[in-house]
Amino acid sequence: MSELSVNHLLGIKYLNKKDIQLIFETADHFKEVINRPIKKVPSLRDITIANLFFENSTRTKLSFELAEKRLSADVINFSSAQSSVKKGETLIDTVNNILSMKVDMVVMRHPNPGAGVFLSKHVKASIINAGDGAHEHPTQALLDSYSIREKLGEVGGKKVVIVGDILHSRVALSNIFALQLQGAEVMVCGPKTLLPKYINKLGVKVETNLIKALNWCDVANMLRVQNERMDISYFPSTREYTQQFGVNKELLDSLNKEITIMHPGPINRGVEITSDVADSKQAIILDQVQNGVAIRMAAIYLLASKIKQ
Amino acid sequence: MSQKVLLNAKEVNIILHRLACQLIEKHNDFSNTVLIGLQPRGVFLANRLAKILKEDYKVKNVQLGYLDITFYRDDFRRGEKPLEANSTKINFLVEDKDIVFIDDVLHTGRSIRAALTAIQSFGRPNEIELLTLIDRRFSRHLPIQPNYRGRQVDVINNEKVKVNWKENDNEDSVYLIEK
Repeated sequence: MSELSVNHLLGIKYLNKKDIQLIFETADHFKEVINRPIKKVPSLRDITIANLFFENSTRTKLSFELAEKRLSADVINFSSAQSSVKKGETLIDTVNNILSMKVDMVVMRHPNPGAGVFLSKHVKASIINAGDGAHEHPTQALLDSYSIREKLGEVGGKKVVIVGDILHSRVALSNIFALQLQGAEVMVCGPKTLLPKYINKLGVKVETNLIKALNWCDVANMLRVQNERMDISYFPSTREYTQQFGVNKELLDSLNKEITIMHPGPINRGVEITSDVADSKQAIILDQVQNGVAIRMAAIYLLASKIKQ
Repeated sequence: MSQKVLLNAKEVNIILHRLACQLIEKHNDFSNTVLIGLQPRGVFLANRLAKILKEDYKVKNVQLGYLDITFYRDDFRRGEKPLEANSTKINFLVEDKDIVFIDDVLHTGRSIRAALTAIQSFGRPNEIELLTLIDRRFSRHLPIQPNYRGRQVDVINNEKVKVNWKENDNEDSVYLIEK
């Protein structure tokens, strides 16, 4: 068995195709484990993991915590709202204090892009980026690709459109890297104001007409409009956004093929997708959530195997 | 590196039939028994025994599963090579069943210890037995012994026992290899 080419999981851009394949194959085994009556294995019983969330999160934090506990790791949690970060402590000081409690691995979400890379250069623990600003969210992209592979058999050769707020989305960037690495064609679709200026340089197709995009693709990954990251108004109204870039059942039924609908969550029901689409058989949103635990177990397990005793 | 033949194809075949008969003596019609091959190499032996039981001795109730113990091993992060996981296929209930673990070589006993832990994730069996083709006595690290053994051998530390199977290695044979 090969091993990961990296010691940290900072972003998809640091991985190669073999790494992704290895993570997927390992996740297959863990998916079988988490469907057993007893869903826990003792592999990481001597590993301590700190979940450092400097930004709010529900599903990613829960998913990581569950993955860690199912691998029998010891887990400590930190969220900046109740911490000394509010008193002006620096990131390195915060992390070093935590690491001096003999922590082996850090899962970190941070509002600033590059926070994970910065940290990996200054501390000894293995770092997993659980989202750094609008930059990358590697485990989300891995679970998205894994879910496509599960639903459609393979990722290579598939056409995937990422719809919505590309500008503020770390999910979009990581997904573009991951999908392209596996040989999928990627298109982004959204209001011009929410498409980054240099998006063409990433080798993706760009479309501003949702119907054309949906007719082109096999999979549509619907992103949430991240109002919390918007400092100005990028579109006239939510209603207008929904009319132009929202997917409803009527629109899906009007296509001449059945496409797969994904969403990284949390969903703004009735904005980017309607409830009947989110709850339809075409949507694999809950599969994505379940796969998230298996993928994170795989990533943690493979990184932990590189931490020598 | 030198190697010596411990068992040839004919001897392997005789031993497999003898082991199958011993299983029938204990488990009768196998109505409450399941065979579990331990990944990766125990599954070849388990497949072969299940085939003999079904085809040669007409046992109808043979249930066969594969158990991977990678995530239960006690040498994670200790070895030079990463541990390679294999698939687990147990499509039946093990609760209250009589289980026979099947592995090709019993060496230190640590794999069996891991298997005993792993099977707990599937339920509480009534009884667990161990069948092994080769029993390397004098090399045990744990107090584990087989209920059924094909051949007991004395192997010193710089020697290795290699079991070959026709379906995977083109021949049925067992070699003693000096490293």
